[in-house]
This record gives sequence, structure tokens and C-alpha cells, in this order.
Amino acid sequence: MLQIIRQDLNIIARFIEPGTKVLDLGCGDGLLLDMLKRTKNVIPYGIEISEDRIIKCLEKGIPVFHGDMDKGLEDYHDKSFDYVILSQTLQAIKKPFLVINEMLRVGKKCIVSIPNFGYFGIRFNLLFKGKMPRTRYLPYNWYDTPDIHNLTIRDFYEFCRKFRIRIVKKIFLKNINGKAVSMPVWPNLFSNVGIFLNTRHQEKKGKRYFKGAEHETDDR
Amino acid sequence: MTGGKGISPCLLKKFILKNDFNQLKFHIMRKSSAGLVKTQYYTFAAPPNGMRLESGKRLGPITLAYETYGELNTDRSNAILILHALSGDAHAAGRHSSHDRKPGWWDTMIGPGKAFDTRKFFVICSNVIGGCMGSTGPESIDPRTKKPYALRFPVITISDMVQAQKHLIDHLGIKKLFSLSGGSMGGMQVLQWTLSYPDMVRSAIPIATAPYLSAQAIAFDEVGRQAIISDPNWQQGQYYHSARKPAKGLAVARMIGHITYLSEESMHKKFGRRLQNKEKFSYRFLTDFQVESYLHYQGDSFVKRFDPNSYLYITKAMDYFDISRGYRSLDHAFRNAKAKYLAISFTSDWLFPSSASREIVNALQNNYKDVSYVEIRSSYGHDSFLLESAVQTNVIKKFLDHLLREI
Repeated sequence: MLQIIRQDLNIIARFIEPGTKVLDLGCGDGLLLDMLKRTKNVIPYGIEISEDRIIKCLEKGIPVFHGDMDKGLEDYHDKSFDYVILSQTLQAIKKPFLVINEMLRVGKKCIVSIPNFGYFGIRFNLLFKGKMPRTRYLPYNWYDTPDIHNLTIRDFYEFCRKFRIRIVKKIFLKNINGKAVSMPVWPNLFSNVGIFLNTRHQEKKGKRYFKGAEHETDDR
Repeated sequence: MTGGKGISPCLLKKFILKNDFNQLKFHIMRKSSAGLVKTQYYTFAAPPNGMRLESGKRLGPITLAYETYGELNTDRSNAILILHALSGDAHAAGRHSSHDRKPGWWDTMIGPGKAFDTRKFFVICSNVIGGCMGSTGPESIDPRTKKPYALRFPVITISDMVQAQKHLIDHLGIKKLFSLSGGSMGGMQVLQWTLSYPDMVRSAIPIATAPYLSAQAIAFDEVGRQAIISDPNWQQGQYYHSARKPAKGLAVARMIGHITYLSEESMHKKFGRRLQNKEKFSYRFLTDFQVESYLHYQGDSFVKRFDPNSYLYITKAMDYFDISRGYRSLDHAFRNAKAKYLAISFTSDWLFPSSASREIVNALQNNYKDVSYVEIRSSYGHDSFLLESAVQTNVIKKFLDHLLREI
């Protein structure tokens, strides 16, 4: 688990230009930002909801904001960051559309990594055991999981198409014997993790997709 | 307290054999606290020049009361300045004598091994001008008239308080403060310090504070001031040589203040609807409820230690405070800030709510300054910064420790 997450962070780091401003949503104990600060000399900011993890960030000297990203990023100016990162968290967010929309507003680019629910192990689990799958990446029971919006790589493609989000780069990872290796073949079936670099599609009738979007963000 | 661990069994036996529990208590206290301390005074800004205030008036001479804990290191780089709230004083930690019942107002945070660790840092707590706790204020003698200033004392602002403290820090030979911290009005001074003297501050920890006082908070301050002013004993502030003092007015002001320092939840937990030393209502306008008794006690004990005119001056200084005054916007105000910031707020604080701290943090972030923000869960309301020491200690310690490693 740790191995592949570190690998995940390494790849995210590869997407990022040196000396840029980076906002990490759900930055955890600041591992990624600390690495980016040291190796790429970025200006790091984290948003984190857990007090314990905030204290870990303070230990590392990573600037961290105690907040809930589900409440949006309304206090941040448009395009005030070069990159906004959401690592392995999209599936645990109450309003994924709202958050991605905000990420694309606040950041020039955004990086999203998702655990792939379409992975064949998970499909087999459900098909043959008839139970909600539990894997190394999604280790929870159905009743205590924070992952309320599980998705597959194909779901994410559809999401991006529907809301006119451009995928600039993508990388898929598969865990083999504790090592994360790139899995470009049939990623929706064979990869555990997908990492995407996104931007907003430049288009004149930009407002159009907001109409559908309002639906998506309704509290139900 | 963890201080007891430091005591040796041999010493313990000695104390017990001599049946000297007071000594033992004192010894334990000394291990974990700043120990015996003394308030010091620094006088500057001699007339006729004095110090120029924000209002354009001049004040001098000025005396500042302050205390220090711990040792200043040889390159004078380990100094932390602590700033107090409305009714606070320079006595932040330790005790003035072994008979003192209570230690300084932030003793839970300042001392060996505490958040502001006196084994590592030289901690200074400075009083404010306008106050009545040893620094120059309306109670002080005006050198021109040889009588107390009373209302002839010029109206001061938070930035005047900070300017005076800068004289003190210069006097102590400190070029750059390692950190600055304070809650409420202390937090306002912290923010003002970082903008008035950006090159003198390495880091800043504003706690339970705001970039400007809200209309609601100004309203409460005004009710407090009116309570004092409408007390017939106030006598236009000229009560210093009179037998009548506006004690009732000040007590009412303090009672109102105290309501704003607590939260609905903490009041409910502390008092509920319980009656004070009685089973039945009195059906007269006497003290029936515990909460009434508490407020009376707070009001009466405040009168013994605080000057009503100082209350007028200091609340006015808070009302005037707006860190963005003179700038285009709040974002613009923090453009030249150089310190690393750690802002702390408390969930149940409605006088200086978390949203106010977030405004500060967002303005700093919009300037790409190094700033962290923690909202601590607490039910004590605005008073949390004085009471909620465990999490606060952890957060501040980690922040300061990282800065120490960075040097």
C-alpha cells in the first residue's frame, strides 16, 4: 500500500514544473508537499481536515490550512495556483463535481489520482463472492468505508467528457508484488490506480455545462 | 502537571520528614513552572518629544511593565514576545511569591517543557500602554499637571501599543524576535507587529483574533463603556482622588464582557439553570441563579484590579483596530509581511470566530506567505485560548520546533 502510494506521489511529482505554486487537497501528513518542496522548490500549501495530520505537517514545516474541501475553495482567487492536487481522495468526497470544478477554477492545472474500482480483482470479488470488495487500496467494510463515491477509470473518462474537462496526461499503475508498475494495457481492467493531469477545455460557450452541473451538486 | 517527575526520592523524603508540604508544593511547582518571577519596568520617550501616537498626539514619558522567563542566548535569537488580551498584564507565568495562590495568566503555556519552552526560549511578556497594570495609562501621573491623566490621556491604538513594545525590544538588545504570540487583543498586536516591523519578526502565532473588530464586538464594547460612563461615580473620569469610584459601571462592563467570552454550551454545562445556595426562587430581585452569582463575582473581583478609564481606552483601541486600514484591501495589507504565521482559532468562539482567523489566513495565502491555520475543537468559547492548552501546546510546539531546526 505504502509502496504504491509513494509511487503515486512520485508520478504526481513528475507532472509538476519546478518553482510553481501547488495546492494539495487532503494533503495528509504533508509527504507529497514536503517532497515537492525539497526536490522541485515549489511553494506548497495543503488543506487537511484532521488535526493529527495537520500537526504532522507542522512538524515538516509545510503550510497547512485546517479546512473541509467539501465546503469548496471559495476563499481562493481564480487561477491562484499552478497545480491543485487531489490524491486518492476523489472517491471519499461528498460532492466530487463541486470539488473538481473548484480545483479547475483555482488551479491552472489539476492532478487527480483515483483508486480504480474497475480493477479485475474487485470485479471478481463482487462476481464470485457476491460481497462488497475489500482490497489493499479499498480496505474498508461497506458500513465503515469513507469511500462513498467509488469510480472506475472509465467512469472518470465519462465524467471528464460530460463536464468538458481535458485530460492532458494520464498514467496507470498496477501493483505487482508490492511494486507499482505502469499498466498501459486495458487500464480499466488491470490497473489499481489512475493518475490524470487535467485542465479546463477552452471554449466560448463555457457556461453551458454548468446547467447540468447544478444538478450534480444538489444536496440530496 | 508533569513537573513532579523531576523530584528525587531523597528530596521527597526530606520534605515529608520535615512535614513541610508547602515547600514540597513549591518545589514541584518550580520544576514545571517559570518559578518565581518579578515584574520589571522600562521607561522611555522622555518629554518634551515623547512618542508620536497614531492620532498625532505625543505621549511621554512612557513606562512599560514586562516580565521575562528563561535565558536570552548569546546571539539574542531565541526571544519570544507574548502579548496579552484586554484585561491581562505582564505577569504571564510563574508566581511573584511562593504564597501566590494563582500563577500568571498563561502559565499553562509558558514554562519548562511547555508550548513556549523556557528551556529553549527567552520569553518576554509586555504590558500595553493605556492599561493600569504598571504601564503608562490614564491612571498615571501627567508630568505637566502632576495629577493623574484621566481623560487627558491621549486615545491610543493597537499600533501605538506595538510601537511602545518595539522600544522595549530595542532596549533588551533584540534585533529579531524568534516568535510573537497572543490571543484576542494580543493577537491583534501580533498582526500589527508583523506589519509595523516585518524585519524584526521571524514567526507569528495570532490566536483567537481578527483582522478587524466586528460590528457585534464593537457593540458589546460600547455597552461596556456606556455602563462606566453612565455611572454617576465616574465624574468625567476624575475619580482618582474621589471617595466615589465607578465600580458598579465597571462591574457591569465586565459582566457583559464575560458573557461574550463564554459559549452557550459552556454556560449551560457550567451553570445550567441551577440555583445559588437555595432550593426555591426568592421572588425578589436577588441572586437566584448560579450564573448570576458567577457574573457578580467576576464583576466585583475585576473592580479590585482594573481602572475603569483604562477599560474605556483599551476597548476603544480594539474597536479602532483594522489591520487593512490605510491599504486598498486586506490582501494588500499583508503584501510586505515576512514572518511565518500560525493562526489558531476555536470552534465555539463567537466573539472572534474562526471565520475571522480564516480571513487573515486567506489574505496571507493570496500573497503566497508561509501560513498555517488550525481550528481547535473546544466548547469554552473565546476563553478557549486560555483554557484549551493541550492541543494548543502540541500545535505550537511542532511549529516552533520546526523553525528551530531551520536555523
